[in-house]
Amino acid sequence: MSKTPRFSAWKLFRQGMSRTPWPRVWEHHDLRPSYDVVIVGGGVHGLATAYYLARNHGIIDVAVLEKSYIGSGGSGRNTAIVRSNYLTPEGSRFYDRSVKLYEGLSEDLNFNVMFEQRGHLTLAHSDASLRTMRWRAEVNKLEGIDSSVISPQAIKELAPYLDVTDHPRYPILGALWHPPGGIIRHDAVVWGYARAANAMGAHIHQETEVTGIDVDDGKVTGVQTSRGPVATRTVINCTAGWASLVSAMAGVRLPITTRPLQAAVTEPVKQFLHPVIVSGSLHTYVSQTARGELVFGASVDPFASYSTRGSLEFTTGLATHVLELMPALANMRLLRQWAGLCDMTPDFGPIIGPTPVDGFFVDVGWGTYGFKAGPVAGEAVADMIANGRPGELIAPFGLDRFESGNLTAEKGAAAVGH
Amino acid sequence: MLLIICPNCGPRNSDEFTFQGEPRPRPDVDTTDPAEWRRYQYIRSNEAGWVVERWFHVSGCRRFLMLERHTVSNEIRDVELVGEEQA
Repeated sequence: MSKTPRFSAWKLFRQGMSRTPWPRVWEHHDLRPSYDVVIVGGGVHGLATAYYLARNHGIIDVAVLEKSYIGSGGSGRNTAIVRSNYLTPEGSRFYDRSVKLYEGLSEDLNFNVMFEQRGHLTLAHSDASLRTMRWRAEVNKLEGIDSSVISPQAIKELAPYLDVTDHPRYPILGALWHPPGGIIRHDAVVWGYARAANAMGAHIHQETEVTGIDVDDGKVTGVQTSRGPVATRTVINCTAGWASLVSAMAGVRLPITTRPLQAAVTEPVKQFLHPVIVSGSLHTYVSQTARGELVFGASVDPFASYSTRGSLEFTTGLATHVLELMPALANMRLLRQWAGLCDMTPDFGPIIGPTPVDGFFVDVGWGTYGFKAGPVAGEAVADMIANGRPGELIAPFGLDRFESGNLTAEKGAAAVGH
Repeated sequence: MLLIICPNCGPRNSDEFTFQGEPRPRPDVDTTDPAEWRRYQYIRSNEAGWVVERWFHVSGCRRFLMLERHTVSNEIRDVELVGEEQA
């Protein structure tokens, strides 16, 4: 961290008084003709991988290639919710590690990522979903994760504006309460990882699009980019919605379809909603940011697409569902809406690991919950690159499971709940 | 919002339809092996550009349609009805 100055309260005060702009937190580099490791995709997964490669394994001859600006894809478009109350033991363990890494991230990166553990409520509107909540709570408890089922009265105390009466079309019968869950500033996570990775020697190349992957005799030999060729023996695909297209460059076909997921924010209002509210039945999740805006998300669009345009069906559907939960929001106005691209897999589990092409690794298929997994995926992928094989935490998520039929069963907790 | 011009019903919003994705030839069940069958089940081309895909007019005439759609711009062209024997 020699070139990058440490941030501190004193530094913040001094810089504030000096009336000069803050310096850039990562540098611009010329593209070298070769790197040990090339990471395609400058989102939280790619940058975290670069950071943990350097910090945990001393691998610093690394380039992160991003076709636009860093965090321009899913990392800057998600609804910034972090949680670990998944349905399967492997899913829960994995995300629990991610929550732990997020908890220490500001200190670790010396960059304030504004993680607020406000608690996470997943509402149950039917007996069937209440049953699933109990199941999830028990799985979570066995993994040592703080998670329990609570009554409508207890929900009302946590979130007074929720309609817990029996009047709505989908009455609230209970909820899964997960205190460690919360929200985070997603851009800060991207910038923090970029700054820390850069400080340890990784090169971050923005506006550098990968246009081809060179494979010779089943082995990766380099990548072609919009700024020229780069020789390398290791390429990691961290491109989320574009994962199929990048993998196809290496001749690897993936069981992925790309679907847009839309989100929206309201005008900012005074703080009134502390926990994150999720309703699977109503396909929506709501949280209030530190700025006071309400952030809404939904489930993926009903057809595959690479378009990031918003649609009217989304906003009308969203308004209907949110008002069902909190009728008091009827007069609030939406400020903006957007879409991100989700790389959906048949079993809603990610695909991390080697591929049939030697030296070509994937960290894709995160679908609607890639952001939460950024730190742990980066750590696990870095470990896999350094040791040459996937570790225990990611072993269930290999590409070969789609040939062996040993799929994960994460849909119960991941299809909508964020 | 997509507008699909159903040859049977005229221009309709896409939420009247269900998306069924790219047509995939089904391997012969008598001669296939598990690996080929799973590729048929799971692997998708997921292209960015013009693709041919099948939609079902579930809230309209309940006919299957084949159409071409650009998956980046969502433009739609060449909508055709599919014979019921292929459904």
